[in-house]
Amino acid sequence: MNKCVERLWNGLVKENPTLVLMLGMCPTLAVTTSAINGLGMGLTTTVVLALSNVIISLLRKIIPDKIRIPAFIVIIASFVTIMQLLLQAYLPSLYAALGIYIPLIVVNCIILGRAEAYAYKNPVLPSLFDGLGMGLGFSIALTCIGLVRELLGGGEVFGIHVMPQAFTPISIFKLAPGAFFVLAVLTAIQNKVKIEGAKKGKDVSKIQSGCNSDCMHCADSGCSKRLIEIDEVEEIKEEK
Amino acid sequence: MEQIKDLLIILISSSLVSNVVLSQFLGLCPFLGVSKKVETAAGMGGAVIFVITLASVVTGCIYKFLLAPFDLGYLQTIVFILVIAALVQFVEMFLKRYMDGLYQALGVYLPLITTNCAVLGVALTNVQKEYGILQGTVNGFATALGFTIAIVILAGLREKMEWNDIPESFKGMPQVLLTAGLMAIAFCGFAGLL
Repeated sequence: MNKCVERLWNGLVKENPTLVLMLGMCPTLAVTTSAINGLGMGLTTTVVLALSNVIISLLRKIIPDKIRIPAFIVIIASFVTIMQLLLQAYLPSLYAALGIYIPLIVVNCIILGRAEAYAYKNPVLPSLFDGLGMGLGFSIALTCIGLVRELLGGGEVFGIHVMPQAFTPISIFKLAPGAFFVLAVLTAIQNKVKIEGAKKGKDVSKIQSGCNSDCMHCADSGCSKRLIEIDEVEEIKEEK
Repeated sequence: MEQIKDLLIILISSSLVSNVVLSQFLGLCPFLGVSKKVETAAGMGGAVIFVITLASVVTGCIYKFLLAPFDLGYLQTIVFILVIAALVQFVEMFLKRYMDGLYQALGVYLPLITTNCAVLGVALTNVQKEYGILQGTVNGFATALGFTIAIVILAGLREKMEWNDIPESFKGMPQVLLTAGLMAIAFCGFAGLL
């Protein structure tokens, strides 16, 4: 049981996918125009993440190593399709607000990353909690970013007007440029924490800034996972 | 005539008005990661144009001739992502084997596009907007063109900014994001175009 709590804590705080690892930036920027949209996106991703982690962990001894990536993608895409149909049926307003970003959960590098880094190597229960922790960490981060944008851009919190009459909404925060500005401030804070931490001699290697540091060599992380390794194909050809 | 006008509208709206990175936030990773130099940015842009245009044709055909007739539209996400990932790898192998010059120019960027959300995004948008194969291909090309315009401009700006004196904690990613934000404001100006 201890391990499960540790996994939750890991996803929520220590390796928070958005605030620490900076993964899955596309949905983070696109859907956080309001807190409720951010929360909806976060929870949808959480469900997909937890369920695909469970299934991948269950099948980890059956899936051959060489075709694991296509297998992961099929499992993840199936859960995304299920969630898409469920949202369309029961929460049509959220479905309309998130639009194309629901099917795009498939290419969210957090999910493939967790499948590869954790679920494929660990038993079912810890994998479930790993998925839940990561997903909830993602949801909380998205909700917070959504809150800031909604508050500054419309003076509202979860659709309820809270700012005084004198406050003029800075509507740019609800538009596309606002997303970039909010994320810029967030990464600046992250840099600050990193610099301060390094001064005190703490281990800050976990704090990353997504792909930006070295995109050309990220073949091992989410975005550029191959279906099969090309070198292996070349080897097989040469053997023949 | 009507059709050409239609295609022109798609071309302008997908490349400038609703720019894929600056207003839809798709393909952010390569946009932020490969924009240090104009040269590499242009190479990445070329590879993206090539892959997205090809992927729009292939996914368009698959949807029209395979998924739609059998009423399997709900399988689109699964089928598209697998087809796109396989297609990119196939193109890479093909180029490596038969067209060395093109492989030298684009090859290093191809792996970065394997599961790029912009490619899947275009394929899904084409279905959502009920584009035919020709319209879908034009939409794909225009979207990728928009990506190339954005990434080359950003790379140019980053080259100029390299030696600027800015606060320590804003160096690197935050500075790039602020620049992208300002570019997004500029691109908002295209909204009046259509």
